Amino acid sequence: MTGATAADSAAPLLELRGIKAAYDRITVLHGVDLTVAAGQVVALLGPNGAGKTTTLNVIAGAHRPSAGTLHLGGRDTTGADPRDLARAGVCLVPEGRGIFPNLTVRDHLRMMTFTGRDRPEIEEIAYARFPVLARCAHRPAGTLSGGQQQMLALARGLATDPAVLLLDELSMGLAPVVVAELYEEVAQLARQGIAVLVVEQFAAAVLKIADHAAVLARGRVQWQGHADSSLHAELSSYYLGSAA
Amino acid sequence: MEQFLTFGVVGLATAAIYAIIGSGLVLTYTTAGVFNFAHGAAGMMAAFAYWQLAFGWGWPVPLALAVVLLVLAPAFALFVERVLMRPVQSLGEAERLVMTVALLTGCIALARWIWDPNTPRPLRPFFADQPAFHLGPAPVTWHQALTLGVAALIAAGLWLLLNHTRAGTEMRACVDDRALARLTGASPQRAARFAWILATQLAAVGGILIAPNIALDAQQLSLLIVSAYTAAVFGRLRSLPLTFLGALVVGWLESYLTGYLPQNDYLPGLRLAAPALLLFLALLVFPHRRLRGRERRLVRVPLPTPRGSLVFAGCVVLLAVLLATVLDEEGLISYGPAFSLGIVALSYVPLAGYAGQISLCQLSIAGIGAVVWAHLGGAGQLWALPAAVLVAAAVGAAIAVPALRLSGIYLALGTAAFAVILDRWVFTLPSFEVLGVRIALFDQGSVEVQGPNLFGWRLDSPAELLVLSAVVMAASSLAVGWLRRGRFGRGLIALRDSEAAYATLGGRPLAAKVAVFALSAAIAGLGGALYGMQQRTVTAEQFNLLANLPVFLVAVIGGLGAVGTGLFTGFAYIAPPHLLGHFGTWAHDVSTLGIALAGMGLAHNPAGVVPGLREEWAPLARDRVLLPVACGALGLLWLLYGTGLIGGAIFLVAAVLVAVALRIRATARQDGPPPAPDPVEWWGIRRPWRAEDREVIARGIAAG
Repeated sequence: MTGATAADSAAPLLELRGIKAAYDRITVLHGVDLTVAAGQVVALLGPNGAGKTTTLNVIAGAHRPSAGTLHLGGRDTTGADPRDLARAGVCLVPEGRGIFPNLTVRDHLRMMTFTGRDRPEIEEIAYARFPVLARCAHRPAGTLSGGQQQMLALARGLATDPAVLLLDELSMGLAPVVVAELYEEVAQLARQGIAVLVVEQFAAAVLKIADHAAVLARGRVQWQGHADSSLHAELSSYYLGSAA
Repeated sequence: MEQFLTFGVVGLATAAIYAIIGSGLVLTYTTAGVFNFAHGAAGMMAAFAYWQLAFGWGWPVPLALAVVLLVLAPAFALFVERVLMRPVQSLGEAERLVMTVALLTGCIALARWIWDPNTPRPLRPFFADQPAFHLGPAPVTWHQALTLGVAALIAAGLWLLLNHTRAGTEMRACVDDRALARLTGASPQRAARFAWILATQLAAVGGILIAPNIALDAQQLSLLIVSAYTAAVFGRLRSLPLTFLGALVVGWLESYLTGYLPQNDYLPGLRLAAPALLLFLALLVFPHRRLRGRERRLVRVPLPTPRGSLVFAGCVVLLAVLLATVLDEEGLISYGPAFSLGIVALSYVPLAGYAGQISLCQLSIAGIGAVVWAHLGGAGQLWALPAAVLVAAAVGAAIAVPALRLSGIYLALGTAAFAVILDRWVFTLPSFEVLGVRIALFDQGSVEVQGPNLFGWRLDSPAELLVLSAVVMAASSLAVGWLRRGRFGRGLIALRDSEAAYATLGGRPLAAKVAVFALSAAIAGLGGALYGMQQRTVTAEQFNLLANLPVFLVAVIGGLGAVGTGLFTGFAYIAPPHLLGHFGTWAHDVSTLGIALAGMGLAHNPAGVVPGLREEWAPLARDRVLLPVACGALGLLWLLYGTGLIGGAIFLVAAVLVAVALRIRATARQDGPPPAPDPVEWWGIRRPWRAEDREVIARGIAAG
């Protein structure tokens, strides 16, 4: 790791130590170390194929790591079932809209009643944050606009009262103004104490709200530190391949 | 008017049962993503179990109902979900369809084995001792009223479950995206289990309610699925209200056709085929989404070499000559059709193996080939054989044209409906004239089929017909192998892999589909004509949908992409019933059950067993020393048999032992373990470039 700064003084809510992961015989993560504290927004950046999405999938339990440990709130959750992790407060909004196209908005929110909250309460929380969803409560999610679909995915995640929010390419296919609105919502969520880890190709958008950033390249975290202007130079070198 | 209303009430009660069964189909499709061909069979098994408990053993009706609906149906559902469907969950929808076809075949065989079909089993309707009440002028029995009430309750219950409960919403979410459902706290396995239990219970309710109206017959009850599917297709396999509407249409159509269809020789079959006709039309008319392809894991299609194809064709003819000289008359009649049915199975290879088009009516098309030959080639005229092939090809093209807008499972359903239309109506028609041409089919019974006259040589004995069938199979296998290596075959595989990509590369998907349907129908028609010759007389029942299914299953077990599947299917389908036949009359049902069980093992070997057999025997076929030794040893054994020094049984056992021993020796003669394959970037450098490398690389790139 190069150019690292001091870690946050707060105890990490999410901690990855030496995580390795592979698809069949091809290893894509070669030992990722990463921490995210409660209330912190960490941007995970890097070129295509660096292993960013795989990292999120490992954290959410959708991909089993081949080595390393994953701690959530101090508890070892390495290799836990995604369903159990979801119920424990890990919420992944996957790349390409994490919605069920044939389910209505209301159906999506009803699915979250496993948290113990009833449907009206969940709808109240979701519609308070994203009022536009209330107007399409009975529409199949597949017929919503891209921005509305991302709002729905976020709203559904919020209903679980998540401890950790994992966002994968939130900006994909969306107009810049919508992206800015969504990231503003994400910043507000972090201020409420949620640990947010964002994977984003559109680095400029996420760096406006990120406290920290980590650059992943060739399956390892090559750089991490405060998301300030020095990062841009580092990013260019990793994206363009001039860094070691 | 009174008659009209009475038929209306009868139709309404039938519609209620179709709605119950159809809603179970919709439930398994919307929640587990499975087109369940065995749904009617589950209802059939429940009806038989209910009869056994309530009438066979005299249990009280409420207790029998409770045991069937609350114990046996859920147990059956859990078995299906856990043992059959879960292993194929990650495979494509076609594999899941094959699994349900195997289950349907297995259930029918099991029911026929347990409950002798020749023993009548009357099932009393519910409240049979209560007098019917009148709704206006129309009498309504209490059984009919109960049926309507149950259907209404089920409709309300399902609507509430799917739209207003978390369990129902999770079930629907799992169909949309299983992985995402897990990430949002749902359990796809629990949802699938729940859906299967509920759907099987619905099938059981439908089966028990309809069994008193029709005979307690395994095949008839299982084929209720056609009517139920018609109802479900009205709802595009998703909407319960539209499924209930479809059930109403089917129920009333059947009822009013019974009451008002003119009485003549041509129309009774139309009533029986009406649901299938309606299904065929509904599939064509109603818009539906193309099946999603992202779950498909395509099986590699083997590439036969010219030398390998020739060796295989030679082996087929050699095997036939050996059998023709060794088997007695009875054996020749029993095992001879292995080659002709094998040709029918070979027709699946270009159609399903290469082009990925699932057809469940190939044996029905073979039936057309058989009757055309029977009527045109009555005196063995050789020109009638190409005529039979051409007629079969024309029928294949005629199926393809309306089926062009169907794909995957919808195509399977459409071709199954076509098979039902043929065997319930068309094949039962007396002869008729179209534009002055007299068309005769099975003459409402059976037709005699003669052997061909080969330039003055009348091939009529079982041995001659067996060898003829084998020679035709060898030639057809060579042709299909040549097709696979050629431009058209590669195009078909590209069509299967991605229709859009095929079109963008300049291919014409519609023309290719029509051509491959016609080609495979021609092969099936040829096989059917030869099968008819070997059988001497053929009936429509030999070519019905339920006869189609085991042949399709065995072909899938063999591997739809392998040319050797024809020979494998012929023997795997024909041999077991005859080998087991010495033990009792149940042999046919048990061997069908065996086929079904083998089909259920598909998840462990989606590519089929023939490619594996090919790998095992290839060393012997390549060995320039041991192959002549094998041929010499077989020739010597044959000579000994011909001179009467050894008997037929010893000859066959010795031949098998020699072949197996030489295969093992040939494998051992190969130099140690096979070398590790070169990395792709070294192809053409460390080893010579091969013709198939381009395809392998293209597939790798396409798979990402």
